[in-house]
Amino acid sequence: MPISERRLRELEDLANLARKRIVKMICKAKSGHPGGSLSAIDIITVLYFHAMQHDPKRPDWEDRDRFVLSKGHAAPALYSTLAEAGYFSVDKLDTLRQMGSDLQGHPDMKRLPGIEISTGSLGQGITVAVGMALGLRLDKKGNRVYCMLGDGECQEGSVWEAGMAAHHFALDNLTVFIDRNELQIDGPTEQIMALEPLADKWKAFGWHVIEIQGHDINQIVKAIDEAKETHGKPTMIIAHTVKGKGVSFMEGSVKFHGNAPTTEELCKAMEDLEKFRGCQI
Amino acid sequence: MTKDAKDDISDIKPPWKMSVNNRDAFGQTLLELGRENTNIVVLNADLSGSTKTSVFAKEFPKRFFNAGIAEQCMMGMAAGLATTGKIAVPSTFAVFATGRVYDFIRQSIAYPNLNVKIVATHAGVTVGGDGASHQITEDLALMRALPNMRVVVPADAIETDRAFRTVVKEPGPFYFRIGRSATPVILQNDYEFRLGKAFELRDGKDITLIACGVMVPQALWAAEMLKKRGIDARVLNMSTIKPIDADAIHKAAKETKAIISCEEHSILCGMGSAIAEQLVQQKPVTMRFVGTRDCFGQSGEAEDLMCAMNLTAKDIALEAEDMLKK
Repeated sequence: MPISERRLRELEDLANLARKRIVKMICKAKSGHPGGSLSAIDIITVLYFHAMQHDPKRPDWEDRDRFVLSKGHAAPALYSTLAEAGYFSVDKLDTLRQMGSDLQGHPDMKRLPGIEISTGSLGQGITVAVGMALGLRLDKKGNRVYCMLGDGECQEGSVWEAGMAAHHFALDNLTVFIDRNELQIDGPTEQIMALEPLADKWKAFGWHVIEIQGHDINQIVKAIDEAKETHGKPTMIIAHTVKGKGVSFMEGSVKFHGNAPTTEELCKAMEDLEKFRGCQI
Repeated sequence: MTKDAKDDISDIKPPWKMSVNNRDAFGQTLLELGRENTNIVVLNADLSGSTKTSVFAKEFPKRFFNAGIAEQCMMGMAAGLATTGKIAVPSTFAVFATGRVYDFIRQSIAYPNLNVKIVATHAGVTVGGDGASHQITEDLALMRALPNMRVVVPADAIETDRAFRTVVKEPGPFYFRIGRSATPVILQNDYEFRLGKAFELRDGKDITLIACGVMVPQALWAAEMLKKRGIDARVLNMSTIKPIDADAIHKAAKETKAIISCEEHSILCGMGSAIAEQLVQQKPVTMRFVGTRDCFGQSGEAEDLMCAMNLTAKDIALEAEDMLKK
């Protein structure tokens, strides 16, 4: 169902707020991955504030939908979203990557409410998501499993093992996003280890494949709705995104895959984000 | 006395009557547990016949997931199933259940401390004909180094049953190691497995033989040989490698003059190492290690491989005699 103009603005504002918090917390931590957090945040925002059935007051609620951040290095995007949703205090975001913090460099389910599985080593989250979807289906529960892969992560062979399995088990309760920002640490994905034709590959693996503009809230909402209506197979949403989206000097920059902004850069980033409107490309 | 010479101990008969395959015992126990507990789900990677999980699969097809030849995916799926409240039992050959998927176990099972019971079959050199590619002798090293992971190596079919029941009851990740070949039955029907506790099969005052898995019957046999030589050997079945029974080790050091560890695993970082780590922390006694010595195996009959790699009762007995001479 299409969302209202007002709801659209709300979601854009939430994503924009999360962007500011992502950049700020990584700057404070002096390390982290801003690029892939900023490219993924619009999708994560739509999931937690629109699409998913969940209750921050009851992180263990059996009927909740699950989200697995397979690209665990985008933890700041997930943390800022979970904090805003009310899983924990927003103040906690300032402790990212510090000794004793529950906000580990990569998500730790044993420390932080709302984290469904600890991730960080690429290519694993999607296999765990397949297991979650099997478990929920076994219990005849209607809840859904969402997962986000990095595009570079698709170079891990286990991603394709999971791709085969999800199709084989006809997991229509599983929806996976690929954050297709086209960059990995060493450079453009197509130069490092080509992924294209990515959509054809997933189609050949038997998935229902949707390609969207991954910063367009309406397109994200629509794709998730389409996935819910797809029966007998899992859905792959290839979201074309821009690494570092919203911060001018981070956009399309390999440098900001895994580097924190300086204090001066943070000021510039905040200026950019003041002007930024979520879905305008 | 040299090993090959005709001697008075080679004629000593082994102290057991029958051998049973631990895999069959596991398959049967898994089936029985599956009937009692609908939360148990079983995973496999195209080896359900060999791992005997096919018995469970036949009765509970909906709770059995074959990942195909994709062990990484199997371990991830097991982790995911565990997050939904299942007791996940992934099973494959030990070589694939550990080395092949180490990072999946580390990241997705051990670190989040999930209720996954990895059942590894075909461990060690007794795999036989498949050769070195399939004969893992480093799996205990890999698994016992992992935080949150507990490691159990049952000695025979009876312990396979009793220990696996405990493993399923106890929350958290486990590595459960069994071999391919039929194994002598050395425990009684009333045997009770206690996690983290060694089981004294035979008391003795001169030396303690601490063994796990297929080496337990060999150690018992060695004790019979030593008896003939006037040496009184204690035999401990150390079926829990982690957490290891430190008390039993220190007691052995106090009450006997030497310790020999016996394992179908590398002497590097296996059960013997785990024992030594405890031993040296208090007043130790001399210790020696019977196990594979930093080498790969080869194709052959299980028994011949045990001989070639010095993993027999006689090897243990000779080592013991040599230690006590000095």
